[in-house]
Amino acid sequence: MQPLQPGSPNQQVFSDTLLELAQRDRNVLVVTSDSRGSGRLVAFGKQLPAQVVEVGIAEQNLVGVAAGLASAGKRVFAVSPACFLTARGLEQIKNDVAYSDQPVKLVGISAGVSYGALGTTHHSLHDLAVLQAFNNIDIVIPADNFETRAAVEAAIDHPRPLYLRLGKKAMHHLHAPGTPFTIGKAIRVRRGDEVALMATGETVEIAVQSAELLAARGVSADVLSIHSLRPFDETEVLETARRVQAVVTVEEHSVHGGLGSRVATLLMQAGVTPALRIVGIPDEYTYTGSQQEIFAHYGITPDGLATTAEVLLEGRRVLTR
Amino acid sequence: MQIAELEHKSIQYRKTILSSIAQAGAGHTGGSLSCTDILNVLYNRVMRIDPHDPTWAERDRYIHSKGHSVEVLYAVLADKGFFPAEKLATMGRGGSHWVGHPTRKVPGIEQNTGALGHGLSVAVGMALAAKQDNRDYRVFTLMGDGELTEGSVWEASMSAAFYKLDNLVVIIDRNTLQITGRTENVMALEPLADRFTAFGYAVRTVDGNDIAALVDIFAQTPFEPGKPNLIIARTTKGKGVSFIEDAAEWHHHVPTATELERALAELDQAEQRWQERYATIATR
Ligand SMILES: Cc1ncc(C[n+]2csc(CCOP(=O)(O)OP(=O)(O)O)c2C)c(N)n1
Ligand SMILES: [Mg+2]
Repeated sequence: MQPLQPGSPNQQVFSDTLLELAQRDRNVLVVTSDSRGSGRLVAFGKQLPAQVVEVGIAEQNLVGVAAGLASAGKRVFAVSPACFLTARGLEQIKNDVAYSDQPVKLVGISAGVSYGALGTTHHSLHDLAVLQAFNNIDIVIPADNFETRAAVEAAIDHPRPLYLRLGKKAMHHLHAPGTPFTIGKAIRVRRGDEVALMATGETVEIAVQSAELLAARGVSADVLSIHSLRPFDETEVLETARRVQAVVTVEEHSVHGGLGSRVATLLMQAGVTPALRIVGIPDEYTYTGSQQEIFAHYGITPDGLATTAEVLLEGRRVLTR
Repeated sequence: MQIAELEHKSIQYRKTILSSIAQAGAGHTGGSLSCTDILNVLYNRVMRIDPHDPTWAERDRYIHSKGHSVEVLYAVLADKGFFPAEKLATMGRGGSHWVGHPTRKVPGIEQNTGALGHGLSVAVGMALAAKQDNRDYRVFTLMGDGELTEGSVWEASMSAAFYKLDNLVVIIDRNTLQITGRTENVMALEPLADRFTAFGYAVRTVDGNDIAALVDIFAQTPFEPGKPNLIIARTTKGKGVSFIEDAAEWHHHVPTATELERALAELDQAEQRWQERYATIATR
């Protein structure tokens, strides 16, 4: 197997793509809350100053103003750290965007535990849970640079409210050029038939590396990049789960209310019951440190996931012996 | 603590801040240096505290609402003896409670902050509890000027005046910079004193990097009985190091090894000047 090739942070690809799109359409606007630097939008601001609306450090106002701009036909990207955007601005997201059906593109940057040792105020481990509980907002979490570019291109004409969740770490390339990308359709990154690693966002590359470790240990692992939580690709998840003995879900989010919960409720209600483990951040005062240290602490590493998969498979073997 | 000694403390705190940020490889340099003199005067002169009893019921409370500038708070709390100074070396390391924003896991810290625009509401609650319980402790909170664009600041301000919280002292670190640049270009705040006055505060303005002026203004609180106190402290972001002063990019820039060396050398010179100044006063 080829080693994965290094790429850029997804946030950088987001801002590069958006700049290209905005140069062609002056109705494309970004709304920022002193978040231009973190959103890598300094170049955007210099080249297209008339297409930036700055509201100051005021995330509630950010979301409300974005809704108003969208109502007038603007293609609005409201960009702010995911932690503040989806906690401080939550009621505005619920009522002004989702419920009022204003097609704003909310872009949560440095999501999950990207901010590492800045601590819990700066982590967003709740956003997928709360936004899944709101009707009428699509949720997209790109895994690599290719998915990010495709997601931004799809977002621009997306007719419904959309949440785009991005991280700040430099990612590896996971997909061959020309791989199809559709919001709501999972992408198979590796094909295998014993265990399925179903991951989202920045954890997908860890799942791919884990599949390679497992292959070396004689275990065949499937890897899905579930970049959309809504619409959710029920068909692909069910079909995959039916042909493996074990499913490990992986996400940079609380184990409650994110990808793992979504997968588990789907499988249980469909009567599909592979051994299942939800890997994410457990319900405790989050371990302190960098993103990498936090991941390592909770077993979100190639080796950690491989061990989890082997334990599940071994359990199945004992049961069926 | 006397003015001369306080001035010396500020120089030492600035050294600790810069060294700890460089060692951790992360931190908010500009904002920590801009409010160093304010925290120094509060903890060494104004507030009633007991480092050996951080939860003493009668203590004055301080809430660091501009939580990103945590390094100055760590430097002062370590110096006061709330925890051993060696803890500073664990800043940002895996498993350490000394993370990039204040948490109550660290002795002496009253409230977890870091999301801007929260501290004032919590301070209002603490000050209100003091009034209800007939206790005479006071509550201090420090906000950034960029932070003032959060709507919650103004919700809290209304309640501070409504409940006549003259035991509350709100300080604004008016360094005129936020991440993107000048506050007046990002989202204008002026006329700030008039706005706070209209919300019911007794407002004063002070040079927030002048120790003697700070000592003097805090001594005048409560400014008017029945009104919450608000001090606009005019400061220089990055105060104390020439090449860090008043530069937006130093908001969270981390000094390189050479920058640290240059900065510490400047502070050494400041310390020397301080010694000469007080030697001449002493021999006069
Ligand atoms: C609710 C919230 N939004 C955004 C941020 C990110 N942030 C951290 S510091 C900062 C700028 C603060 O500027 P100011 O209040 O003037 O602080 P100072 O200049 O004293 O550092 C921003 C936007 C945050 N911490 N909290
Ligand atoms: Mg400021």
